[in-house]
Amino acid sequence: MATIKLHVNGKEKQVEVDPATPVLWVLRDHLDLPGTKYGCGVAACGACTIHIDGLPVRSCQLPVAGVGSKKITTIEGLSANNTHPVQTAWIEEQVPQCGYCQSGQIMAAVALLQKKASPTDADIDAAMQGHICRCGTYPRIREAIKKASKKMSAKG
Amino acid sequence: MEPKDISRRKFIRATGLSATALTLGFYFSGESKASTIIKGEDAENYGVSLNSWIHIDTNGKVTIVCHRAEMGQGAYQAIPQMIAEELEVNLNEVNIIFGKGDTVKYGNQITGGSSTVRGTYKNLLKLSASAREMLVAAAAAKWSVQATECFAEAGHVTHRPSGKKMHYGELVVDASKLEAPKNVQLKKVEDYKLIRKPLPRQDTPLKTNGTAVFGIDKKIPGMLYAVVERNPRLRGKVKSYDDSATLKIPGVKKVFKVTMKVFDTDREGVAVLADSTWAAMQGRKALKVVWDDAGFEYVNTEEIYKKMKADLQSKEGLSAKKQGDPDPVLAQQKNKLDVVYETPYQAHACMEPLNCVAHYKGDSIEIWGPIQAPDWVQGDISQKMGIKKENVHVNMTFLGGGFGRKAFLDYTHEACLISKEAGAPVQVIWTREDDMTQGPFRPGVSYRAEGAVNNGEISAVKFRMCGQNIGHWMGSKKDVPNDSVLEGFQPHYLDSIKNISFSDIPFETPIPIMWWRSVYASTNGFAYESFMDELAIAAGKDPLAFRKQYLKNERCQKLLEKVEQVSGWKTRKPKQGYGVAITECFSSSVAQVVKVSKDATGKIKIDKVWAVIDCGWYVNSDTVRAQVEGSIVMALGAATNHEIHFKDGLTVEKNFTTYRMPRINEIPPIEVFIMDNNEDAGGVGEPGLPPFTPALTNAIFDLTGKRIRKLPFDLAKV
Repeated sequence: MATIKLHVNGKEKQVEVDPATPVLWVLRDHLDLPGTKYGCGVAACGACTIHIDGLPVRSCQLPVAGVGSKKITTIEGLSANNTHPVQTAWIEEQVPQCGYCQSGQIMAAVALLQKKASPTDADIDAAMQGHICRCGTYPRIREAIKKASKKMSAKG
Repeated sequence: MEPKDISRRKFIRATGLSATALTLGFYFSGESKASTIIKGEDAENYGVSLNSWIHIDTNGKVTIVCHRAEMGQGAYQAIPQMIAEELEVNLNEVNIIFGKGDTVKYGNQITGGSSTVRGTYKNLLKLSASAREMLVAAAAAKWSVQATECFAEAGHVTHRPSGKKMHYGELVVDASKLEAPKNVQLKKVEDYKLIRKPLPRQDTPLKTNGTAVFGIDKKIPGMLYAVVERNPRLRGKVKSYDDSATLKIPGVKKVFKVTMKVFDTDREGVAVLADSTWAAMQGRKALKVVWDDAGFEYVNTEEIYKKMKADLQSKEGLSAKKQGDPDPVLAQQKNKLDVVYETPYQAHACMEPLNCVAHYKGDSIEIWGPIQAPDWVQGDISQKMGIKKENVHVNMTFLGGGFGRKAFLDYTHEACLISKEAGAPVQVIWTREDDMTQGPFRPGVSYRAEGAVNNGEISAVKFRMCGQNIGHWMGSKKDVPNDSVLEGFQPHYLDSIKNISFSDIPFETPIPIMWWRSVYASTNGFAYESFMDELAIAAGKDPLAFRKQYLKNERCQKLLEKVEQVSGWKTRKPKQGYGVAITECFSSSVAQVVKVSKDATGKIKIDKVWAVIDCGWYVNSDTVRAQVEGSIVMALGAATNHEIHFKDGLTVEKNFTTYRMPRINEIPPIEVFIMDNNEDAGGVGEPGLPPFTPALTNAIFDLTGKRIRKLPFDLAKV
């Protein structure tokens, strides 16, 4: 067990955990941030995707001791009121069905748009193909990313 | 979205008012003034009840109960959308809560068979209209006017001549004392304000910011975590286990044996209880279990299919349907078709692995989880745990997928046993590997199809299916055929095919099996609609025209004409493969056309899918479209990506690394159309799945001349 300090969604946090614990379980069991989901435990589905310093990371494979002073952002920290353009695009396109994978999908989409403001279909394929949606919302995910891209470029 | 629920209950408790007092109308004002809209809770009381689904507090806040599971298919939207229509309230302003397992209050709650809308809409519309009439009558009595001079709109009743207006909260206490009217006038379809509109789902915002509470997210005070090492051979016992290393893992509290029921078989496992999920998982890794598999057949996929193939050649099976007599016709035929189709076992692979929170308290028990059938769970737990049914409280959360798996009763029972042994509330989490390897699975089914055409007409068709019968696991008789032999088959073919028969060759393995989205239609549809295509080709006919020829029913004709028109079937060009299929299940028919071509490397590429659904009366057109889209993606995965194999009695595929799901880059454009009519409502969540695969393989035949009869197949290797 170790005392570990984390920077999560703009706040300083401290947890007492086994340093090998993946960030996923620290968020879910110790920091009451269950929006990040467990899907496979082997980085094969993308449901646990969070941002570390703005880059998408599979939190099921990241030991909490390895985060250090880097900033963690989870779905809960993406915006105050569901107002991030990716979230509003997701709502307008009515993307989620069961919704379980969508935290990870949204975090991946946000990271994509930060890197590339106007992604092509090939960019979307490359950025999103690590994410499984068993409900099959893929066509709507694609449309929502394009819509979010427009929203973000309109905002400048 | 739960703290509000807790504070509200605390408040009710603090005021000393019992639930009964509240429903009788002793409610107090001001209580929920500040409350924002509450979604997805397991609430007890939200005001005065006008019936089991509709509750209104004295401020006029309306709470609607969703008594069916929300697993992505849209029940959480459809039920309130129907109720709000006849109740005359703004859907955006109501609370929506999940109903606990309670057959007395809600009747049947099992969320399966695409039954939520089609099985409840007539009743829900009536009781909502009836609640509205009670509110109108209460207003009329208050104002001493005729009820006919009053109307309800947006949560208020207005007296038309005087303009007097009251909100429902001011009327609900009086209304609740009135007898519910027996005959109410339901709205005409053309007068709907909400129904049939593509309204945005009420659960969407909760699913874009991480606040939707799934079973795995549920936490209660004092809760511990458990994972279980279960017998990997799907049956059998724990011979011994060594937990010395496990108990050294920090956070591990206890290790014990647990036996859960899988139908009427026992599956033993060893539970590791800990203060966090990770500690429980680490403890389990350190555990050494010796299994006793005595009496278990070490099944292998290869042998299963070999035996099914042999049975299809040597056995007639149990007759499920016979019209005319195909046998003598086929016997005389020189050029008859005689082919075998094979479909694989599949895992449900819901994105949310199985989990359940159970709190055993001696004479009562409360559970929370992603549960498709809270009423079944209540009865099952009551019986197996020896606790009175009314003391078994089953709470539904949002489900991260269900597809039939979460209607099964193993994981909820096991969680109760673990909580009892732990002496504490426990969340049992299945790892992805547990979820994928333990079943129950969709059965793999093989088919033999024989048929003949003469002068361009079908003269005889004979289908035999061979595969495990889910009914057998639920106690149905073994000398009667599977009741789903014709599931998926468009029944109107029977109007015009004179000699046709279906039979079921019983086939047993120790592999537990269960419903999987669209159930037997998911495999039957492939065999039957592939064969219909083979017959069309043998008859020298256009496959779509051939189906029109044999499906004279008016709704089928319209459906086929629609898919023909939207897909541009008649104007298709060379080097484009087009395939069509039409299936029926859960009272809805769906026709699909798939277009394929070859890419530069010669690999088959799916260019487009057109789907037309005739589900009769429906609630939300966008939900209907979304369900058909999702069904097509799920069918695509099962047709071209993944399969569950067994080797020496063990499940081979354990995670998404080998059970390969379709990804965003593999999904073709999909366009969905809905037939507009006012026929009785049919299902929506499943019927879009069965026609996709045969439409795809029929399209591949059209392009390449190659007939695919075994699933799954690799698009890159056709």
